[in-house]
Amino acid sequence: MGYAAGVGKTYKMLEEAHQLKAAGVDIVIGYFEPHGRQDTIAKSEGLETISRKTIDYRGSTFEEMDTDAILARHPQACVVDEFPHTNIPGSARGKRWEDVQVLLDAGIDVLTTMNIQHLESLNDQVWNISGVRVRETVPDWVVQQADEVVMVDLTPRALLHRLQRGVVYERGKAEQALQKFFRESTLVALRELALRQAAHEVEYRISNVTVQTRKHHKILVLITANPKTAMAIRRAKRIGDFLGAECFAVTVQPSGDLSGLPEVDREAVERHLNFARNLHIETRILEGEDVASAVVDFGRRNQITQIFVTRPRGWSSLPALTRDPVQRIIGLAKDMQIVIVSDREPAAQ
Amino acid sequence: MKREVRRKTPEELLLECQAEEAAAKKGHLKIFLGYASGVGKSFRMLDEARRRRERGQDVVVGAIQPKVPPEIEPLLKNLEVIPLKRIDAGAAIDLDALIRRHPLVCFIDGLAYSNPPGLRNPTRWQDVQELLNAGIKVIASINIQYIAELQKDVEAITGKHVTETVPVSFIKSADEIEIVDAPPEEPVERPPDEQAEAHERDQRLSRLRELALVLAADVVDHQLNAYLECHGLKQQFGANERILVCITPRANMQEMMETAQIIAHRFHGELTVAYVNQPNISSEDQTALDARLAIANAAGAHIEILEGEDPADVLLDFARSRGITQLFVGHTQRRGLSRLWGSPIGKLIRDSRGMDVRVFPQ
Repeated sequence: MGYAAGVGKTYKMLEEAHQLKAAGVDIVIGYFEPHGRQDTIAKSEGLETISRKTIDYRGSTFEEMDTDAILARHPQACVVDEFPHTNIPGSARGKRWEDVQVLLDAGIDVLTTMNIQHLESLNDQVWNISGVRVRETVPDWVVQQADEVVMVDLTPRALLHRLQRGVVYERGKAEQALQKFFRESTLVALRELALRQAAHEVEYRISNVTVQTRKHHKILVLITANPKTAMAIRRAKRIGDFLGAECFAVTVQPSGDLSGLPEVDREAVERHLNFARNLHIETRILEGEDVASAVVDFGRRNQITQIFVTRPRGWSSLPALTRDPVQRIIGLAKDMQIVIVSDREPAAQ
Repeated sequence: MKREVRRKTPEELLLECQAEEAAAKKGHLKIFLGYASGVGKSFRMLDEARRRRERGQDVVVGAIQPKVPPEIEPLLKNLEVIPLKRIDAGAAIDLDALIRRHPLVCFIDGLAYSNPPGLRNPTRWQDVQELLNAGIKVIASINIQYIAELQKDVEAITGKHVTETVPVSFIKSADEIEIVDAPPEEPVERPPDEQAEAHERDQRLSRLRELALVLAADVVDHQLNAYLECHGLKQQFGANERILVCITPRANMQEMMETAQIIAHRFHGELTVAYVNQPNISSEDQTALDARLAIANAAGAHIEILEGEDPADVLLDFARSRGITQLFVGHTQRRGLSRLWGSPIGKLIRDSRGMDVRVFPQ
């Protein structure tokens, strides 16, 4: 785990691969992205590399990891660079992390690299910090499956020096990179996020850590067509993971399914439900005319302690005419905490 | 109460900050932080010495560990080492020789040593401070066990008491900190009785590792705030979770604090409890308020008593200035919904950009 390109993740991973090989482990390189970096390329020498697979897509040829060839070779351990990578359409699986799951299922140990920016639950915070909406994300539960998470650290100043010396990217591309992720304040903030995440990953793996809580928390997220719902889902999941709390997501529809919604809203709600499921959140469609009472009823029946919602759009001071469910949920939920999730938008630079 | 202050331009602020930095400290300090011996701090640090030397920098090693691991020997062969000065029973870095030699960068492997009696400074970190004052850049290594303020935590984990420590303020004064992270050694096949012991050792190491990562994150957070302040930047990044519990005399303190404490604990975040002073509160309310503040105090929260006319504005201004990421407020049922959006809580929810608002039933 690192916080930016060029901190030395791949180098460190290859170094460990050499150590494992020296200790007698049958290890191969399944995928390695050299980025033209001489030190890293030198480190890959002396390790067996499985050739990449070529895939034709729209008249161009792309290279991807050849998962089948690795399975056929079946080493004890395998090095796979760039865990969050999205495979080219036409590949057997959409994401490289899904290929890695296949290798793990076959009993092959995997060493892989990723930056903190790609962790799904931090997507809004990363957007806020860097102004970049990262599209290639890895669900948190996938990272939690790792037996170990190691932080590859480098100070931002040293990283910026590397960048200026042309070690990380070729010129031109480096200047482009300097604009966004590589501002010093952005790097420092991302690094802090990575360090805190690494600390959490360590704590998560200490088996008998228990903190005295009288209350066992259970979280519910309200899903609507509002595009901010994705933020509420991420935040609920992140808080839930840190608290060790179960997480549910519900949407309330009069018909008990999505058929009554206009197409645009139906697509949005479906997308949000899918997103929640991909993060391993259990989802339900509740039947009901009144969103607030349906949510609060569900909460009571299922011992929910916290309900996560998006910020209401309107602010009616005339409650009799108020239609916003969030306002009503706060009024109705006498035994639950309601979390109104903030819009985390890019900080002005 | 309004004050008219001309805001400084970013350029002015930058110059001011740079001047302050230069006045406060001449040399630049970089620290390699590890969580146990054997994670490879010495190697990483001396490998940096090698690279700097290859780039033509004037590099000197001022201290090495008493036992040199085999992988470090080849590195040391190509580096200039100024040996420790032996005095009676102990040894210390040769401060005078180092200052006379005045390299561009001095490497100190092991920051937490006490000097033998009779020397200018009782500890090595104070010697390092002198090197910095003399304008020498210092790169040093330390293990988390030797941070003074973490002694209680470390002892609880390891059961060992160390006497040679470095204050955390010195670590935080570093211009750069780099953590050397590695998981505890790969488990090897052991007989069952040793297996349990090895497992416990791994757990202990993991706890130390977590402490080290959190300390590094705190130092980085400190640097980030200094950087933002220095550049006159107002934005807050929320890389650290900061919780503000807003209380009133009737706040449901137990539930609010319980949730706040566990979230702060799990995220290694900060917890602040704030109260906005109200004029003419009853003695009954004052007693209730005092009891709540005592609970906050006992929980180790920072406590802020704020002043101002509009409680919501005061709390939001304070929250923004502190980079709060989560605002905890109570919602009084009795007053009913009709008051909600006209109440301070409604305003807090509406205007709390960048912060989650957690509403507690009262």
